[in-house]
Amino acid sequence: MDNVIATHPHTHETAVPAEHEHVVLPQHRHHFETEEQQREAGSFGMWLFLLTEIMFFGGMFFAYLLYRNWYYPAFTVASNQLNVPEGAANTAILITSGFFMALGVWAAEVRKKGLLVVMLILTTLFGVAFLGVKADEYHEKYEKHHIPGASFSTAMFTNPAAYGLKEEPLAPDMAEHTQIFFFLYFAMTGMHALHMIIGIVILFWLTWRAHRGEFSAGYVAPIENFGLYWHFVDIVWLFLFPLLYLINRHPLK
Amino acid sequence: MAHETEIYHDPSNVTNPEHSEHHIVSPLQYCMVFGTLLVGTAITVIAAYIDLGWLNPVIALAIACFKAVIVILFFMHVKYQSKLIKMTVGAGFFTFIVLITMTLSDYISRAWGMW
Repeated sequence: MDNVIATHPHTHETAVPAEHEHVVLPQHRHHFETEEQQREAGSFGMWLFLLTEIMFFGGMFFAYLLYRNWYYPAFTVASNQLNVPEGAANTAILITSGFFMALGVWAAEVRKKGLLVVMLILTTLFGVAFLGVKADEYHEKYEKHHIPGASFSTAMFTNPAAYGLKEEPLAPDMAEHTQIFFFLYFAMTGMHALHMIIGIVILFWLTWRAHRGEFSAGYVAPIENFGLYWHFVDIVWLFLFPLLYLINRHPLK
Repeated sequence: MAHETEIYHDPSNVTNPEHSEHHIVSPLQYCMVFGTLLVGTAITVIAAYIDLGWLNPVIALAIACFKAVIVILFFMHVKYQSKLIKMTVGAGFFTFIVLITMTLSDYISRAWGMW
């Protein structure tokens, strides 16, 4: 195992040595008094990292809030061009991936090596499926000329009737602001997808290590902390889906 | 030095540990959370197609918040963690609310009285 450190006898002072029973595990670093303390320190560190992630995504959610308030007509018609069936399916896919991750943590806790590996593979598969659906949605945006930039077209928003849409046509200046919606859409889902890609790379590594039996002998921290990251990425999507896809679906009379 | 009166500091953090006992969340609990999340997603989509006026975004966000909370409590084990971890998670969301409130109050007051 890579993480083996010297399992020298513990010589640090304790108030009552007899009370302080050491279970010498290879992953137990000597500067932690107990395994629980080490475990909590790890969770604490992981949560501090996730707090920076909350602020990072929070900034984008805030930009969304302001621009949605500002250019609401542009945001509603642009939002209605997103693919709800694919977005909803992706929500279910991501929840399923998170569910298998949670079961993976459980499998590691009860030291079932084979089950842990299977759960990590299922987590990865559903993560990849999510990215596949996402890629298809991006492709649809490309075909509709809804990617902000030189090839962006407001035609669907200034003349919706020509595309068989029942939306109210927008004035050209408001129609231009749909680019801001799509910019935020790509920024937010893109950063979310980047987090997924990083997570999937880490999953390959963890699956390999789990296969070698590193996490089924009482050392669960890497699986548990990766689980925290994966669930955090889930939560971001739980907010992205209604905010981006479902702004104003109902008045399409 | 009077050793007899010295307060015992529990240097090993063992007698009265601040970290909680390790708790394993059962697969059954995970299944229930999974089911709740799927139902929540279905309700979100259905509610979006019903015209409820200003309640539409409120309902969408309320369901999203509810889903996030059960993910945090059960999938992320926060319900069974120590006070330190609970405070840390709470502090994160509190700071996020401060970010939103302070920036929004600036945004709203820029054009104060000009409407």
